Amino acid sequence: MSDIKFSKEELERYSRHLIIPEFNIEGQRKLKAARVLVVGSGGLGAPLLQYLAAAGVGTIGIVDFDVVEDSNLQRQVLFTQKDIGRAKVDAAKQRILEQNPHIKVITYNTTFTSENALEIAADYDLIADGTDNFPTRYLVNDVSVLLKIPNVYASIFRFEGQVTVFNHVDAHGNTGPNYRDLFPTPPPPGLVPSCAEGGVIGVLPGILGSLQANEVIKVITGVGEVLSGRLFLFDALNFETRTLKIAKDLDNPLTGKNPSLTKLIDYEQFCGLGIDKKEKKRENVKGIDVETLKKWLDGDEDIQLIDVREPFEYEIVNINGKLIPQSEVLEHVDEISSKNKVVIHCRSGKRSADVIEILQDKYGFNNLYNLEGGILDWVDKIDRSLPKY
Amino acid sequence: MRKFTDNKEKIVTSVESVGDSILQLGTLHPDLNKHLFKDDGALQTFLKIYLGDTDIKVLQNEDTPVKDGDVISIIPAIAGGKQ
Repeated sequence: MSDIKFSKEELERYSRHLIIPEFNIEGQRKLKAARVLVVGSGGLGAPLLQYLAAAGVGTIGIVDFDVVEDSNLQRQVLFTQKDIGRAKVDAAKQRILEQNPHIKVITYNTTFTSENALEIAADYDLIADGTDNFPTRYLVNDVSVLLKIPNVYASIFRFEGQVTVFNHVDAHGNTGPNYRDLFPTPPPPGLVPSCAEGGVIGVLPGILGSLQANEVIKVITGVGEVLSGRLFLFDALNFETRTLKIAKDLDNPLTGKNPSLTKLIDYEQFCGLGIDKKEKKRENVKGIDVETLKKWLDGDEDIQLIDVREPFEYEIVNINGKLIPQSEVLEHVDEISSKNKVVIHCRSGKRSADVIEILQDKYGFNNLYNLEGGILDWVDKIDRSLPKY
Repeated sequence: MRKFTDNKEKIVTSVESVGDSILQLGTLHPDLNKHLFKDDGALQTFLKIYLGDTDIKVLQNEDTPVKDGDVISIIPAIAGGKQ
């Protein structure tokens, strides 16, 4: 490690680390030698990347397939108005290199998948998970276990956050629990909304992502007591914090008594999403695209348009559909035409398809059409003056 | 889950085991049941149940006895972070 040298500029930049007795230049050398892969450069990734870059982590990899959108800027403070439309990895790389030109940043403008994950992560000493969905959470976990590298984890929802360090080997050589010890199975699709569906308070990823960055730095430098085997919970609404113990699960398919998982799997299918996608193409639900709806609305035929989103969503943007939230549809079934064509829509087309299926099953409707892509597609293809959310 | 408990984050139950306490929670707030239990009545596996700071799976699972003042926590899996 002593072969890691610093320039005068670097020594000055990192001086506040160097003068912490238990951190000192040894800690800084470890940071400079470290290679950290950050998966997801959004809400959690923003503080993570900025603090890791500022702290002098020598090599930072960033995986993200996404582009910067308006709705990101409420919390993804890595990006500015000018970055809208740019690949997140490019905008992130530019920003953190401006912050610290002494580090190396490698970008992967792609989805992290079972096909590429091991190859990408093999070059790194640690993964920081800043993703936003269950399949990728399990994928990151399994990659970290298979490659024997720690996984510094944080996740958030609305006002709540969770942080821990998975798969961490302590000074005695004992490996801590991993994600599958904590949550052996994911929730069924649709039961737990994502941030895109359920929302998140903008500061929350800043808080949790900063805690995550702190754990990354502790794991790398060996300073302090790593949050391994413990789950930190933060509730921003009532400012309650708790730390719970994570117990190992003997049935863990990777690290339990009888391991059955030795390679990566299809995580979409594991999380029930593969099946869900097939179900989406349910032959019994007739779908139309937004262009067809536009033609129908402009034509002479009477078309009933029903919006099954929530009132607060309707307030953000609507296309003059009759508002009947999904949970109230059965109570208002008498208001749905059984003669005219009825187009039902939601935000992206999933809830409306569910509603149609129930209405057809229970009441035998045969005049219902699902607006595929929902109001989001309408905004993209028909009326760009409307806001997306 | 709070939207099913009139936004209360803490509910007081008066029973003798963790399992009974969660059953009582479901009785007090029936809309919670489908989030707490699978169709066969078993607890959902994506929820972690803690007594104090300890996972009930290393205690006596749902049969873990509780006494006055104990805190049972239901910790759901959440996945947000990027979007």
